[in-house]
Amino acid sequence: MRSSRLPGAAPRLRELMERALSDTSGPAPVLDDGADAISLRALAERSWIEAPKDAVLGRNLLLVTKRALSAAAALCSLDGVASRLVIVPPDLAAADLASVIDDSEAHAIVHDALDGVGIDTHLPTFRVRLEAEGCGPSFAEAGHATEWCLFTSGTTGPPKMVAHSLAGLIDAIPRDGDRDETPIRWATYYDIRRFGGLQMLLRALVGGHTLHLMSPGESLSHFLMRIANVGVTHVAGTPTHWRNALTTREIASIAPRYVRLSGEAADQSVLDRLTEQFPTAAIGHAYASTEAGVGFEVTDGLEGFPATFLARPGAVEMKIQEHTLRIRSPRIAERYLGAGQAGVAELDGFVDTGDIIERRGDRLYFMGRANGVINVGGLKVHPEEVEAVINRCPGVRMSRVKGRANPITGAIVAADVILVEPTLALGRQAQDKREQILEHCRARLAAFKVPASVKFVDSLPTSPAGKLDRRAT
Amino acid sequence: MEVRDQIVGEMRTIAKEQGRHLAVLHDDLALLDCGFDSLCFAILVVRLEDRLGVDPLGDVEAEDVPKTFGEFVHLYADALV
Repeated sequence: MRSSRLPGAAPRLRELMERALSDTSGPAPVLDDGADAISLRALAERSWIEAPKDAVLGRNLLLVTKRALSAAAALCSLDGVASRLVIVPPDLAAADLASVIDDSEAHAIVHDALDGVGIDTHLPTFRVRLEAEGCGPSFAEAGHATEWCLFTSGTTGPPKMVAHSLAGLIDAIPRDGDRDETPIRWATYYDIRRFGGLQMLLRALVGGHTLHLMSPGESLSHFLMRIANVGVTHVAGTPTHWRNALTTREIASIAPRYVRLSGEAADQSVLDRLTEQFPTAAIGHAYASTEAGVGFEVTDGLEGFPATFLARPGAVEMKIQEHTLRIRSPRIAERYLGAGQAGVAELDGFVDTGDIIERRGDRLYFMGRANGVINVGGLKVHPEEVEAVINRCPGVRMSRVKGRANPITGAIVAADVILVEPTLALGRQAQDKREQILEHCRARLAAFKVPASVKFVDSLPTSPAGKLDRRAT
Repeated sequence: MEVRDQIVGEMRTIAKEQGRHLAVLHDDLALLDCGFDSLCFAILVVRLEDRLGVDPLGDVEAEDVPKTFGEFVHLYADALV
């Protein structure tokens, strides 16, 4: 219940931005994706949606954007006005949009494409305009406590959305800031339309800081040069983003004073390499999830986290139960959208994060996912979803999909396949069959879900109950 | 077949599969400029491990992480000696 958790009026994003901007001195902070830079002041004071206020007031709106900057402008324009804002990630399959519209009870679509939304819909559509000074003065405060809805990253079947309040989303953001130092300039590799990136966007907006985003198709080398030229001070990404950045020459041109990792478990090697690259920077790895919100940040340069965190006072309570991390805090999502969904939290108010924890001495370590979910560079893959696709490929009897350790993305999808006709798994025919399975998968799955390797086997391990045994190696 | 040729072959296959434009490969080409994203590199490492039986990138020291295509080939060639 939102009201029980937020006594008094909920904060409006624009109010928070204006407050931060009145405190800042120096150059005007901007949101910059390389193609356009919009000042935070203009984001707070203008509307960027081609729509009359009545058309969006109290409505449920789907934000379908090609550019992250459009999504940011829409969020600034519509928080406090719309009833519900659903932030659609850039890789949502067009086929899933119908269920998303149903589950989110959308009244209209806000988009940034010149040629229309590109989908067949009876809903009204409104365009985001990033040109010049937007579309007019900001909509006057309407007092709606807007729900911010995000997609969970790993689900089978139709995509799942969770609803957050702005108050919950910004609860982890430090408010004091370091005003005495040179101004903060954030840069992030994340897409702001997913939880990790949205955190960075809100940090910048609520703190009154400049934020540099990658533009679609921009290379990492180019992005690093661009943020080096403006003297970036704070940089955030997943361990995978950082492993990649560390292979570029341009990494030497940035000198951030704060380096942040989140979205997947940071291992010791990436932390060590970052410490070596940025000896004077503060390096922190954060634990967060779309459902549980921001949990905690570890700043001692070591993988895992201290066991003392479990007993720490503060907004976030944690416990380990049945080997997985459980979190209770004002930051957890309020509910899933759509009928027939279980609650986000269990009866005791804790969210089961599904992350398996192992204790060694005074420290706790992440040991993978309880449900076998594979984390490919921060994007989650359910093995069952991939197996279901492979199993529909002609000539396949059954398959088992698992994660395989990978130095680039932490893990990658690999498949063991039993063929109906085992002789096809031999010689030249094996290569043809492998290519056929991969092509079948590529036509039906996002690229990160397609197995990087397919191995033909005679049998697969099963549990005593006769189920495919996912734990067996 | 030379290690270099095997690497080039796998990279061409992956570029085609992922719909990526592969740059002209030469020793000084920065790996990040070859047209691959992290997923392509992750797949490349897996395919090379399946083909060559080694994953030298998995336990490389920080200062030895290859930055150019030439260094990448060397890393694999050295691991096979």
